[in-house]
Amino acid sequence: MIKKLLIVGLLTGLAFMFYGLLISYNGNETLTGLGSYYAQNGAREVGAANLVSAIVVTYRGLDTLGEVTILFLAAAIIGFVLKLKKDEVVEARPVRETSELLTSASQVIVPVIFLVGVYIFINGHLTPGGGFQGGAVIASGVLLMLLANPTMHISHNIVATIESISGIAFVAIGILGIVLAGGFLDNRLLPLGEFGTLLSAGAIPLIYIFIGLKVGAELSNIIGTISYNQNEKPN
Amino acid sequence: MEYIILISGFLLVLIGLWGILSQKNLIKIILGFTVFNTGINIVMVTVGYVKGKTAPILDVISPEEALTSIVDPVPQALVLTAIVIGLGVTALMLVYALKLYQDKKTLDINNFKDLKW
Repeated sequence: MIKKLLIVGLLTGLAFMFYGLLISYNGNETLTGLGSYYAQNGAREVGAANLVSAIVVTYRGLDTLGEVTILFLAAAIIGFVLKLKKDEVVEARPVRETSELLTSASQVIVPVIFLVGVYIFINGHLTPGGGFQGGAVIASGVLLMLLANPTMHISHNIVATIESISGIAFVAIGILGIVLAGGFLDNRLLPLGEFGTLLSAGAIPLIYIFIGLKVGAELSNIIGTISYNQNEKPN
Repeated sequence: MEYIILISGFLLVLIGLWGILSQKNLIKIILGFTVFNTGINIVMVTVGYVKGKTAPILDVISPEEALTSIVDPVPQALVLTAIVIGLGVTALMLVYALKLYQDKKTLDINNFKDLKW
């Protein structure tokens, strides 16, 4: 009873604070500060039609590198926590037969899902989208494959290879930026190209391709590890 | 319009916190965290909204008129990062819940007393 009262009290206090924030919010009439700088100079300096991508990949590229690292760390810890002990016998768990509908549909849809994912991360500098979104779409395709065929084993070697190569390539592009352009992860090491076309914005499409592959591989790895761990013999 | 979105964002934060504090099932607690996360993201995007302006993507608008026709892109970039980190944290929490379930065959938080004092 006291616990419930405490919870209600805490939530009411927080709601009161939010109310204070809400009535002091007037909405913005114009862009100010950093936002106006990016709006004025983003297109000229970076050449990406999608200003959010320009910020994520170039202006705050170091944050994105950290973000990818955090995702990698999460995947690594999941792999570590769910590691089966040596003496644990891995047996195929009894699975219900998947329906004809799911199996057939997945064969048709999965290639399309992969294509959409690739499209999203290649066009990340032009349309809403980017490496993370595209990678998540690709991982959803892997999840559908796993649902259609629960005993499928996602090869750890392939996933790890894709992941390491794209991670190294991301950092290598960043270092090339120091050598050939203005600094770490500067996208001007490639020509900026014509604004608004697929081959524009310097290295952003390249970086987004590697981020997309890396995120897709990492999320597939997480799904695969969890699925594989379910094969553990029930004790 | 932005007030409706701001209020729903704050409400989602409160609902998420209520879920975290009052639920007994580990999966429901984790769902509370994700709802909390979503609420914060909605509030952050709304704070960057500029009245009557459009998304920061310069496909129809020319770069010269960008300053007067787009919303603030910085909170959107921040939220993009926050969503990915939230995904990683959620995946980790779910795996811990899975491991705890394999260990004790229960998801009720009351059965985990190892660190209780």
